[in-house]
Amino acid sequence: MTESLLTADGVTKVFGGVVANDNVTVAVPAGAIVGLIGPNGSGKTTLFNSIVGHHPIDAGSIRFAGREISRLRVAEIARLGMVRTFQQTRIYGKMTCVQNMQISVPHAREGLRTMFSRFPAEVTEKAEGLLEFVGLYAKRHLLAGDLSFGQQKLLEFAMALMNEPRLLLLDEPTAGINPTLINGLMDRLKRANAELGVTLFVIEHNMRVIMNLAQHVYCLAHGQLLAEGPPDEIRGDQRVIDAYLGAH
Amino acid sequence: MDNLQILVAAPVFSVQLLIDGILVGAVFALAAYGMALVWGVMNIINIAQGEFVILGGYVTWAVAQAGFHPFLGVPVSFIALFAVGWILYRAVVARVVDRDLFISILATFGISILMQQVMNQVFTADVQTAQSGLGTLFLFEGQVTVAQIKIVAFVFALALGGALVVFMRRSRLGKAIRATAQNARAARILGVDTGRVYAITYSLNAAICGAAGALVVMIWVIQPFIGLAYTVRSFMIVVVAGLGNLAGVVAAGLGLGAAENFAGFILGAEFQTAFIFSLLVVILLGRNLRLRRQRRVLR
Amino acid sequence: MSRTAALYGAVGVAALLAPLVFPAFQTQLAFLWVMVLFALTWDVMGGQMGYNSFGNVFYLGLGMYVTAVVQRDLYFDVEEYAHVAGAVGTLSAGEYLTGLALGLALAGVAAVLAAAVLGSGILGLRGHYFAICTLGLGIAAGEIAGGIDYIGAGSGLVTPVFPDALGRRGMFFYYLFFALAVATFFTLRWLYAGRFGLAINAIRDDEDKAEAMGIHTTRYKTVAWCVSAFFLGIAGGGVGNLVGFIDPTDVAFAGATFGVWMVLMAILGGKGTLWGPVIGAVIFHVTQELFWTYLFGWQRVALGALIIVIVVFFPQGILGWVRQRWPERFGHRVDEEARAPGGGA
Repeated sequence: MTESLLTADGVTKVFGGVVANDNVTVAVPAGAIVGLIGPNGSGKTTLFNSIVGHHPIDAGSIRFAGREISRLRVAEIARLGMVRTFQQTRIYGKMTCVQNMQISVPHAREGLRTMFSRFPAEVTEKAEGLLEFVGLYAKRHLLAGDLSFGQQKLLEFAMALMNEPRLLLLDEPTAGINPTLINGLMDRLKRANAELGVTLFVIEHNMRVIMNLAQHVYCLAHGQLLAEGPPDEIRGDQRVIDAYLGAH
Repeated sequence: MDNLQILVAAPVFSVQLLIDGILVGAVFALAAYGMALVWGVMNIINIAQGEFVILGGYVTWAVAQAGFHPFLGVPVSFIALFAVGWILYRAVVARVVDRDLFISILATFGISILMQQVMNQVFTADVQTAQSGLGTLFLFEGQVTVAQIKIVAFVFALALGGALVVFMRRSRLGKAIRATAQNARAARILGVDTGRVYAITYSLNAAICGAAGALVVMIWVIQPFIGLAYTVRSFMIVVVAGLGNLAGVVAAGLGLGAAENFAGFILGAEFQTAFIFSLLVVILLGRNLRLRRQRRVLR
Repeated sequence: MSRTAALYGAVGVAALLAPLVFPAFQTQLAFLWVMVLFALTWDVMGGQMGYNSFGNVFYLGLGMYVTAVVQRDLYFDVEEYAHVAGAVGTLSAGEYLTGLALGLALAGVAAVLAAAVLGSGILGLRGHYFAICTLGLGIAAGEIAGGIDYIGAGSGLVTPVFPDALGRRGMFFYYLFFALAVATFFTLRWLYAGRFGLAINAIRDDEDKAEAMGIHTTRYKTVAWCVSAFFLGIAGGGVGNLVGFIDPTDVAFAGATFGVWMVLMAILGGKGTLWGPVIGAVIFHVTQELFWTYLFGWQRVALGALIIVIVVFFPQGILGWVRQRWPERFGHRVDEEARAPGGGA
């Protein structure tokens, strides 16, 4: 069996005595859509932060594309092709949507020459294409900060795609989005996965979304891995149900 | 660097520098306590901190000029600066307290320049001091001399600091201030008038600085343009000690006083100011380097 | 496009003719371009990148001293020069120009090197910490310079006498600063339009996000400071010669005047815009020259009050306000037209 695109092995993270992640092991195979669920405070975002290098981990190993990354910093990891979106959507508010997209190009091979260069026409073309993909083409010249929350969320997703990641970590992509738009977003996530070949690792609270989207689901509770398996199995797992209903 | 050899040859000289530094350091700690208060409660770094100190000094100087004993200047400066702080809060700071940091830091920077220049116009750029009339203490068979006023100032500073701590812990208002520092929104929901808390916090800080300035004008000298050094000293002390760490503020204040004295002696008096500001840069960079290991930054 | 060209043309012609039309005000006019340089270089950091620097005078003073030292050491004996405050004899036009050119070039290089070294450390700080650290940097530099005998210590350093053969001093420096300001403006215009500009804007809007997207934030920040320092360092070399006397704290590392003006002018005109700092500098300088003398020594008090008023009530500045009022004029509009076929991802 070949190695998964991302493997977190025995990751432990402690915040001043509170164990936020305790010996968590997950694997995300290339090309898959994998879900991460769990009640509030179960350590999902902490795990994401550990994976993307936001803070050092206390134990364990994180490998991405065959390489140990647990000692690298956020930007270095991002340049390897792993990008995350934020739970509290983050975009560049005082720049237009197109500018937001242009500066999200991959930065892996960037010398002094490219630093001072203009954006070639293909980049702008691609940026506009992706804005069209998320339905923001008409607003491409508006300041990103003037968009509604849901639109900002879509923009952030488009920016992530612009970065041509191999793996995209999405932190609650449907939170705060108008329920009528959720199906459209889900469809786009699937298309990004199928057509652009982006592997997805998704934190999600909306069970309907995650069961529909993911091929494999991990469930965290109290910082520990509680269960894993295909969505149907997880849905019926008594431990998962108990965790959500607070029987723990 | 020749002076370094003097210190080695005559260790009693070090005692002299240490005592002088520590006594003055208590005054630094006082101003730093005020800065930490405003920083913690309002998330504003008050660049005008040093100007409050200097203005407090001028008030006491004026009291002394009017024929009263400068000790009377301590409460007068406290009250006068409370009023100044209140006016500045209502006129300027209230409008920037919830806005981004860029605006608040520039606004207090503007206050700082305004106060410097007004003091320059009113009191001229001459160096001023207020004589307390106290004598000098001789220790170690006269090898170490300590101006009694420095001891008095030290005691004053610690007493005022102690009184403030009691006020913050015990009084209703002090509790409201601490609650606002922890979570302004929650405090507001629970009925704390945070606008008033901010006004009082800022004014109280000005008053504390005023009292510190009253001590400075008695133990040292004041001049309209040396305020920034006090701002920077306060900032360094708070950065080293951390917000809400009172013992740390006192320790860092005394340490800074001593360090400055030694640096002034070893490098020469003309580099003492340079030392303060260079130390600031070094401390900030050192802090940041240590945080970098946890992938965090000073922000 | 033609309107922009017409605008540049009009400004250019007016600027070229100004010292000929107002020969009595050549020095003041030269300072106008110095102010534009100040505001433009500050805005690279403060406006475009969101790093509020109170210490940019550091590079100004550094450039000033480097240039003056080069000019002095090239043709004079240091001891003798200091003794008679520069009155050792005049240089020929060629010697003066050589010294100045070499001095300015080295000033630029020194400023860039300093920015690269300092930047790698100081630019790791954010917000309050960065602002206060740079404040400390500027003051520390002035105090340290005031203690170094080689550069005249506290009594300052005189720049070489301007040779008569080069015509009028005010005119010479007017065109020098005009050329430098124009070069700065177009360099920045070019930089802001590309990847560099967007990257530092991204850092301003959300640095953590920029990092999470893989932008080389440290590299961009350091380069931005180097760009700012480069032009400011060269400008400093010129200012030293224009003023004729370099005092460590009042001219070179003059935080209370130049340092404050930089910030004020950029914000007044509209920080984070290309033209804002230019407009702010012109308004500030003209106002200062016309009305300042009527304030009878209260100028600096007025300056403090002005900062407070602008920051509290008008933080977006003139161009920022215009952009808020008429966003469409800046291209911020909804474009409902359908996308050409062939698009879509």
